[in-house]
Amino acid sequence: MPEARPSAELTNRVGLHARPSVKLTQIAKRFSARIEIATSLDGPWTDAKSPVKIMRIKAVRGEILHVKAFGADAASAVAAVVDLVQRNFDEE
Amino acid sequence: MERRLIGKAASPGIAIGRVVSLRPVSGVPRAGAAPDLERSALRQAIEATKQNLRSMVARLAGDEAAILEFQIAMLEDPELALEAEQFVGEGQPADAAWLRSMDMEMARYRASYDVHFRGRVSDLADIRDGVLSHLRSTPEHDPIEPGQIVVAEDLAPSHFLRMDWTSGGGIALRAGSPASHVAMLARARSIPMVVGLGEAVEGLTGLTVLDGETGMVIGSPVEESLTQAQAQALRLSVGRREAEQRMREPAVTRDGKRLSILLNISSLRELTGLMPEDCDGIGLTRTEFLIESALLDEEAQFRAYAALVRWAAGRVVTIRTLDAGGDKPIPGYSPEGEANSFLGLRGIRLSLSRPDVFLVQLRAILRAAALGPTRILLPMVTLPEEVGEARSLVNIAAEQLARAGLAFVVPPIGIMIEVPAAAMAPEIFPVDFFSIGSNDLEQYACASARDALQLAGHAHNLHPGTLAMMAHVTHFARANKIDLGLCGDAAGNLAMLPTFLEMGIGSFSVAPGCVAELKAAIRNHRASDGTSIVA
Repeated sequence: MPEARPSAELTNRVGLHARPSVKLTQIAKRFSARIEIATSLDGPWTDAKSPVKIMRIKAVRGEILHVKAFGADAASAVAAVVDLVQRNFDEE
Repeated sequence: MERRLIGKAASPGIAIGRVVSLRPVSGVPRAGAAPDLERSALRQAIEATKQNLRSMVARLAGDEAAILEFQIAMLEDPELALEAEQFVGEGQPADAAWLRSMDMEMARYRASYDVHFRGRVSDLADIRDGVLSHLRSTPEHDPIEPGQIVVAEDLAPSHFLRMDWTSGGGIALRAGSPASHVAMLARARSIPMVVGLGEAVEGLTGLTVLDGETGMVIGSPVEESLTQAQAQALRLSVGRREAEQRMREPAVTRDGKRLSILLNISSLRELTGLMPEDCDGIGLTRTEFLIESALLDEEAQFRAYAALVRWAAGRVVTIRTLDAGGDKPIPGYSPEGEANSFLGLRGIRLSLSRPDVFLVQLRAILRAAALGPTRILLPMVTLPEEVGEARSLVNIAAEQLARAGLAFVVPPIGIMIEVPAAAMAPEIFPVDFFSIGSNDLEQYACASARDALQLAGHAHNLHPGTLAMMAHVTHFARANKIDLGLCGDAAGNLAMLPTFLEMGIGSFSVAPGCVAELKAAIRNHRASDGTSIVA
């Protein structure tokens, strides 16, 4: 099964917060792949399609977000999530 | 009997109105039924709450809609009700199970050290109460009359948005936070709000005055307090209109003294809607935000600085070199894991330790300076050697640009006055100008972290000890004809303006949103009697 796991820094003002979390899950849900995120490569890994779980990570500005995905469209799913983080969630 | 309570100011303005107390959703607890029935009651209640929110979102836009969209996304996530469904499976009624699971979820947020995450507790309370009201068949909330002062433990964003604020009103909260979504909404709609008033709010009844500038709430005000508040409210509303109309005019006191008003900016976007004529230039460019993703990209930095210089159209543009570290880390640049980064490698110290990064920034600034008046401002300077080393690097940058055949100008170099030792010995620095950074000066002088000071509210005034340091450096600068300005948050604190003017500060750099009111306050100030009409 294809797998990709790059990472991106959270450089937006507030971190993985209410609106960024919603945007992230909206993007993640467009893909059939299982997508997981974590602030450390050792995990814990969190379902990127669950805003409730993402908010529990409480990831703040400056943390590194690691992304991995499993499934047919894994590579494009990871690229889309990383791109969103690098665009600062289109916040400002 | 008049009662005065002090809380944290969360949204400015004066509200005068009758108190209406919001009680938490109560209703009659469910008797409970078979787990299957309770589980389906919970799912229906969640569905009904989502529908309510969706119909509200349809009438809203922008930030207001986004806050409710977050709540809808949380309610759509099966994970949210997972724990509650487990409790139902163990035989608890749906309402008790939901309350218990949501209180656990809220406790996770409260435990966060990040103010933004703690602020989301009220969104979760909003979700909790919406679902609970459906499970217990109670009306979601009491009706509110326009113009009333809402008193509550905390106020949920969806609740705020359901109320009619067109005739004004105010908000007084026992708990709450100036960083909450509802505080943001209140500021956007100009609804005065005070939070953190404590248990005393429960005694508020009848006519009440709420001052969102000072954080004061007066219950059952005596005639004199009421008249004062009414006059103040009138002044504020007339004042704001007048101030905005006269924003383009220069800032001149009643006795004819012309002051400079400059802008603090972190991004080009903040200049949207502003004309260079509204100000005397840019007094502080926070490059750690403007170019933080382009530390080694000279062209990107040049484009950003050049855009500022072109916008200013001949007015001075002050570019502060990277002030990273402390509460403004830049991953991969500022040191990680330093025990006390506020007192460690930050600002100019960090720049001098990374000349590769610093030279990129200096070259970009020198090139932009060829397009119009520009100044270099060095942050966190403590020793004269730091200025000397920075000057040497500026000279190296100039040589590199000359060799490359690129146009450049070596601009004046100044320093931030934000380290107390520097404020008390300004004579040791060979510089062209000083800029007082009141935020850091205050936190270093008072041994109080910057965010702790922020939590103390908008009405925070500087410590007399900090003022004494500011006066020292200001007198030195005036006696030696060195340009000096104030660029911390205190520059926009109108209550302190008379103090600063008396001290001899003639240049203020503030957030773009503060320019109109600061200019209005200066127009009403007369130096001879040391008073301002608008305090």
